[in-house]
Amino acid sequence: MAEKLIGKDIAAPDLLAKITGRARYAEDFRVDGMVFCKMLLSPMPHARVRRIDASRALAMEGVIGILTADDVPQVEPHREPVLTNEPVFEGQPVLAVAAVDETTAADAIEKIRVDFEPLPFVLDPLDSLRPGGPDAHTHGNVRVDGEWRRLKWSAADFAEAGDERLPMGEATAEWSLGDVDRGFAEADVIVEETIVHQSLTHHPLEPRTSMAYWQNGKLYAFTSTQSTQRTRGALASALDMDPEDIVFVAEYCGGGFGSKISGSTLMQLPAIFSRKIGRPVMLRITRYDENYIGRARPGFQGWVRMGLRKDGRVTALDLYLVEEGGAYGSGDYGTAGNTAHLMYQPENMRFRAVSPYTNTPPKAAQRGPGGAQIVTMLEPIFDKAARELGMDRVEIRRLNAPGPESTFGPRETPLTSVFAREALERGAELFGWEEKKRLSGTRSGSKLTGVGIGLSPYTAGSRGYDGLMVIRPDGKLYVHQGIGNLGTHSIADTARPAAEVLGLNWDQVEIVWGDSSQGLPRSSVQAGSQTIHAHTRANHAAATDARRKIQEIAARTLGGTPESYTMDGGRVFRRGNPGQGMSFAQVARRAIALGGRYDGHEVPEGIHAETVPSVGRVAGQGLVGVARDDYGGEGAIYSWVAGFALVEVDAETGVVEVKEYTGVADCGTVVHPRSLGAQILGGSIQGMGMAMTQRWVFDPEWGVPFAKRLYTARPPGMLDVPLDLRWDALGIPDPQTPVGAKGIGEPPVGAGAAAITSAVADALGGRCLCRTPLTPDIILAELEGRRTFGRLETHVG
Amino acid sequence: MDEVDITRALERSVSRRTFIKGVIAVGATASSVGYLFRGGTPLLAMPAAQGTAERLLTLTVNGQLRRVDVLPHETLAMTLRYKLGLTGTKLGCDRAECGACTVLLDGVPHYGCSILTHQIRGRAITTIEGLQNPDTGALHPVQQAVLDEGGFQCAFCAPGFCMTMVGMLEENPDPTREEAAHALSGNLCRCGDYHKILNTAMRAAQLVRRV
Repeated sequence: MAEKLIGKDIAAPDLLAKITGRARYAEDFRVDGMVFCKMLLSPMPHARVRRIDASRALAMEGVIGILTADDVPQVEPHREPVLTNEPVFEGQPVLAVAAVDETTAADAIEKIRVDFEPLPFVLDPLDSLRPGGPDAHTHGNVRVDGEWRRLKWSAADFAEAGDERLPMGEATAEWSLGDVDRGFAEADVIVEETIVHQSLTHHPLEPRTSMAYWQNGKLYAFTSTQSTQRTRGALASALDMDPEDIVFVAEYCGGGFGSKISGSTLMQLPAIFSRKIGRPVMLRITRYDENYIGRARPGFQGWVRMGLRKDGRVTALDLYLVEEGGAYGSGDYGTAGNTAHLMYQPENMRFRAVSPYTNTPPKAAQRGPGGAQIVTMLEPIFDKAARELGMDRVEIRRLNAPGPESTFGPRETPLTSVFAREALERGAELFGWEEKKRLSGTRSGSKLTGVGIGLSPYTAGSRGYDGLMVIRPDGKLYVHQGIGNLGTHSIADTARPAAEVLGLNWDQVEIVWGDSSQGLPRSSVQAGSQTIHAHTRANHAAATDARRKIQEIAARTLGGTPESYTMDGGRVFRRGNPGQGMSFAQVARRAIALGGRYDGHEVPEGIHAETVPSVGRVAGQGLVGVARDDYGGEGAIYSWVAGFALVEVDAETGVVEVKEYTGVADCGTVVHPRSLGAQILGGSIQGMGMAMTQRWVFDPEWGVPFAKRLYTARPPGMLDVPLDLRWDALGIPDPQTPVGAKGIGEPPVGAGAAAITSAVADALGGRCLCRTPLTPDIILAELEGRRTFGRLETHVG
Repeated sequence: MDEVDITRALERSVSRRTFIKGVIAVGATASSVGYLFRGGTPLLAMPAAQGTAERLLTLTVNGQLRRVDVLPHETLAMTLRYKLGLTGTKLGCDRAECGACTVLLDGVPHYGCSILTHQIRGRAITTIEGLQNPDTGALHPVQQAVLDEGGFQCAFCAPGFCMTMVGMLEENPDPTREEAAHALSGNLCRCGDYHKILNTAMRAAQLVRRV
């Protein structure tokens, strides 16, 4: 019998390369004649380039060429260009120089004189909404229905709010369910808070480096990206090319966390530059560059009012979010509103939001976009209500969490499965909640202890992608993966169902990935925690196609019906008569001889147009399995993580120390336990960084950032996280997908962060600071009853 | 006008502020010059510019003598990656913040981005490429431990962590989990895979003691 693969710890096949130095990330590729480019970055948050004098730079020995905004595709003002003459954030690339080596390119940049005309800028979205406030773009400060607008609130809107509460003028997005006023009228307890969630940079450890060259009219592009097949599409679309004219290579990605979903805008630069100068161009992005152009999670300033009945049920939730849109806009607020509704299932809800553009680095999805922020902000406020009602915090969450019949959001979307209550229960058990909650608020010396909970949902799947695989004459199954390789081990783990459908052992399976010339199927972007769901389905479908073809070939060769054959260990044989059969190697050769649909020379109907040329690439290699995921399904696919933390807050220094953390997931069938645990704990740890240390700090006078490097906005290091980390998963399959697995990348971020914000509030006797990150100065200010910062200011540490 | 006065003036006058910012802007572009690389591939063979002269050095890398032209300000990480083809050493930050470029000098972990190649002649340099036994192909216990524990996610930090682990186990082959965490705290894993990395370190210690 072939080994059972789902649910086993099997190290990914690329791991050895990663620890011997053989794995090639984008910056590790070399080609003959390769030159380096460096970019000139805007020194101002908003400016217009009046004049560029590059004569001294171009005269330097070793300098090969210059690329300016005139050389790159022109885009609408709300879209990010590769290079620009009107930078809208400090650090935006204005031009690039290529030279024989990186230092010469950098020296050349120093010799270029650019005359910048400063333009009005804005860092804080509320400032842009003030009467007469500055606009981040010359065209306006918000976009509504695809049009620029200058949205200003009235002086009365601001005066009414005072200094402590969020002003709430006209919103650009709004929905409601039920009657929020009636909901508050029915409430026995009402809590109301103004909240501030910071913006923070993604900072994957590998910056977004790219290299490119042209050969015989084809573009060879090497880039750091989360996805592969879809990033090639994005690059082709940006350069107005046929994707088939790009050989796209992305074998390894040193982290993305949402900032490299379809690569990055700057991946176009080496391609364009190389076309201009006729040399391969390496754009090595430094950490310094990455901080500016590496994307950031948008911050929120918000206001929340929550009403609960005596029995603990949430009767009303009123939420207003002002999002910091950054230089090119953001839309995290939408998910935030939906997530708030999903978490607490309020009987009535109103949601309003506005997302003004700001002259800060561009925003992008960051692991759990919108959801992570709102969970982090709302959980301690929910705790406050629980405290007023005298209810246990696990119990009140269980009471309000969605069940199988629940829907969420303005369109009242159902869920494929939800076991949030079970995750809470298991988490409470594993953490020892009943015992540890007694420590709540206790003091030992200068240390205050608090315990907290974060219950965090996020999207976890998608449907309808293609699978493509080949059984070659060596008898092995080659699974072609168009998804990316960013550390989730998805390229291997999503192939396991294919092996199981075909009765193969794992050593009979090879993974083909990271190089479009190998032929990659239409795939999901490696984002939204969808991959394990989307591509176990797609590979299951393609393997089922291969299985049918194997049975047909066996029947044609050995007689009988296809149904009378089964397979195991790389052989297909007559049911009940294992002696009568053939090896997969023989099947592959027979498929090649038969041709047509068996070896990929005929393409089945229904697969995506982008998969068709890839089938052509593998045609004739062996028996081809190719199919679209037509399994269907109804409702949104969500996973959950219940996070529990125990923290100590030092009342003398304001330092928070996380002593214990437990995360339990509802994410369907467990495919790869150890990798799942790594996602749950790793995501939670990223959440801890969000809750405690990472942020942007700007000089409001000049609009330039101070926290420019890892050490000034530090992600958690090994000593910042507890040694006592625990995880578990419920392992209850999602009934609507053949393998039962749902994604897990994103839910843990909100769980980790909210467990901290909730625990810190608990340590402080239930006082919600209602802002992140919880740096020592903020905590001391709260403890000592002084405010060293404006309640609503963003971007202060 | 001193700095404080300038600030006050700026608060009063947008036009003045605009003017001064324009002045400041000229030649003050944001740039990351500093920890960079000079010296092309052999094919380019460009003479060094700006009066900086390369010097032919002999380095001991992974047990082999390697002769290489090195600039006075060239970092070891750059020499390894761009001149010796040893791209296993990663650049995560260029400036001693992340540890991705950690290599061993005479068995002791160092950040390759913060060492000038000129300073280390005569010392034994070990990179991730040098951990596997070149004759037998046997993995170093640290590498074996990574495979055993399924260590790392994106693994951009992995070479640095592995080198630090090797250095740590030289000094302390029987660390507690807490000691291991301290020893490895100079390396950053942005995926937050610390739990698995510590499991790996403890497993590696077991394997080292068994050897």
